[in-house]
Amino acid sequence: MSFGSYLAGNWQDLLKLTVQHLLLVLVSVAIATVIGVALGVLTYQTAAPRAFVLAVTGIFLTIPSFALFGLLIAPLGLGYTPAVFALVMYALLPIVRNTITGLREVDSAVTESARAIGMGRWRRLAQVEVPLAWPVIITGIRVATLLDVGIAAIAAYVGGPGLGHDIFDGLDRIGFPVAFNLALSGTLGVIVIAIVLDIFFMFLGRFTTPRGIRG
Amino acid sequence: MADVSSHASTSPGEAMIRLDNLEKHYPGQARPAVATLSMEIPEGEIVILVGPSGCGKTTTLKMINRIIEPSGGRIFLQGEDVTTTNADELRRRIGYVIQQVGLFPHQTVAANVGVVPKMLGWDKRRIANRVDELLELVGLEPGRYRDRYPKELSGGQNQRVGVARALGADPPVMLMDEPFGAIDPINRARLQNEFLRLQEEIKKTIVFVTHDIDEAIKMGDRIAILSEESRIAQFDTPSNILANPADDFVENFLGAGPSVKRLTLSQVGEIELNSWPTVQAGVSGEAIGEAFRRCDDDFLLVLDGQHRPKGWLARADSGRVQSTDNPLPILSPVTSQSTLFDALNIILQSYSTAAVVVGEDGAYRGTLDLERLRALIHVEQEAQLPTAAADQQDARHRS
Repeated sequence: MSFGSYLAGNWQDLLKLTVQHLLLVLVSVAIATVIGVALGVLTYQTAAPRAFVLAVTGIFLTIPSFALFGLLIAPLGLGYTPAVFALVMYALLPIVRNTITGLREVDSAVTESARAIGMGRWRRLAQVEVPLAWPVIITGIRVATLLDVGIAAIAAYVGGPGLGHDIFDGLDRIGFPVAFNLALSGTLGVIVIAIVLDIFFMFLGRFTTPRGIRG
Repeated sequence: MADVSSHASTSPGEAMIRLDNLEKHYPGQARPAVATLSMEIPEGEIVILVGPSGCGKTTTLKMINRIIEPSGGRIFLQGEDVTTTNADELRRRIGYVIQQVGLFPHQTVAANVGVVPKMLGWDKRRIANRVDELLELVGLEPGRYRDRYPKELSGGQNQRVGVARALGADPPVMLMDEPFGAIDPINRARLQNEFLRLQEEIKKTIVFVTHDIDEAIKMGDRIAILSEESRIAQFDTPSNILANPADDFVENFLGAGPSVKRLTLSQVGEIELNSWPTVQAGVSGEAIGEAFRRCDDDFLLVLDGQHRPKGWLARADSGRVQSTDNPLPILSPVTSQSTLFDALNIILQSYSTAAVVVGEDGAYRGTLDLERLRALIHVEQEAQLPTAAADQQDARHRS
């Protein structure tokens, strides 16, 4: 069966898996953004906690994804939960690191002015520092998203949703004619999601960056 | 230059800021950044903290609004002890202008200027009115600049916005840390002059840090010359410091040419100007010859139809017919806000022997030449002598 006729016959399944995949990534990145930005905000000013958070999230990223998904089966079982948990762990480093970098790069004259006109700690963060660090932070979120789009395919290994199912099914049936079509359709789906999300974040970054600091 | 301390109030006003044994020690440093400093800053005056790099002047300034928390001593603002009160509320009562300006780049000029009123909960219309008023005050047309972003403005314009922001909620006190330090010399002199004019209107109590003694002399009602660890070497009016430096440190810091430095104390507007023979542009060669015959000067000043100076006409060899078409250029005219030092500088560059003074409309007001400046310096020095003699007499009486 040609790939074209395979797609014609299976597009509904493929679409369902693609949507699942997309949602899995978006939910994971959203959770990672909340945690990562919070960690960045809490640690960017003090050297030791900053180094610790970066080291730990850095280690997360070095764990091979197969191994991590496998390790998570014991505490979290199969399905959606371990998949999200792992993807959050992988997404943390780019988000935390860019949050810290972005906040630390804010011109000290600007933050000193903000203090000197009587802005309190949280007002300063919300109205001055985060808006100015935002282009860097959103770049971190974009990188984390692309990273997770790829890794999410492995989530099928622990029964998670998404295009990984097609890829693993294909790998299981190597030698059968359908194997190639399954693996190829899964892989192309992942690539399409990655491209779509990348473009989405490019526009999101542009539209959420305040006009005065847009390049 | 009869009144050298023209912008200093003569009566010692109520102390707006009082620093009482203020100290700053940094952990791990043997010497304090600021050893005990006590000082009173009178209401409505510009007090300059000046001293060599690392003398602690900026640390001292930043302790007043507690951007740097003092290690010891007390700070009083309008008689109230603010050493341990809520720092954010204290800071909203104190304007702050720094060399790097520090405008919020992601906000418009209007949002920057209105930031303190907004925090204080003013309603939108009141903030908008205040912003326009402040922009006009610092010489930026509100309609043109209100909606711009800091990156779209020049350094000088940004610092004007910085001053407007500091004035946002009309604080009684302003702290300024080398506010004009990053601006090119020509625009710096302009901003300084404009700021002095502004201060005549707003009469704020201003603490102003600089390392530039000439700026200190020009801007200050009083100058505190600080040595290491922010110790006060001398705290007095500029003219008193120039006339009677307290010690070698102050004398060295003042540097060479005290007579020339005194010239920065007065503005052209404060003195009587010379008049200079003039001639209207477009008059005949005979009229020019006639004008030269009537005076001893080697130059005539050519004025145009609006009474604006057009250039200098040099006396020609006898018999040559001259026209007013191509006079020697004026270069830069002097305004009433220029200091006598600026005027001296321009006299030295001039094709003629005098600086041309113009009004705000650009019309000719008079001239200033070297002889006149010399006479002013002499009058000034003699004026200092009787006081010194009287002091000595006083001392004799007491002993």
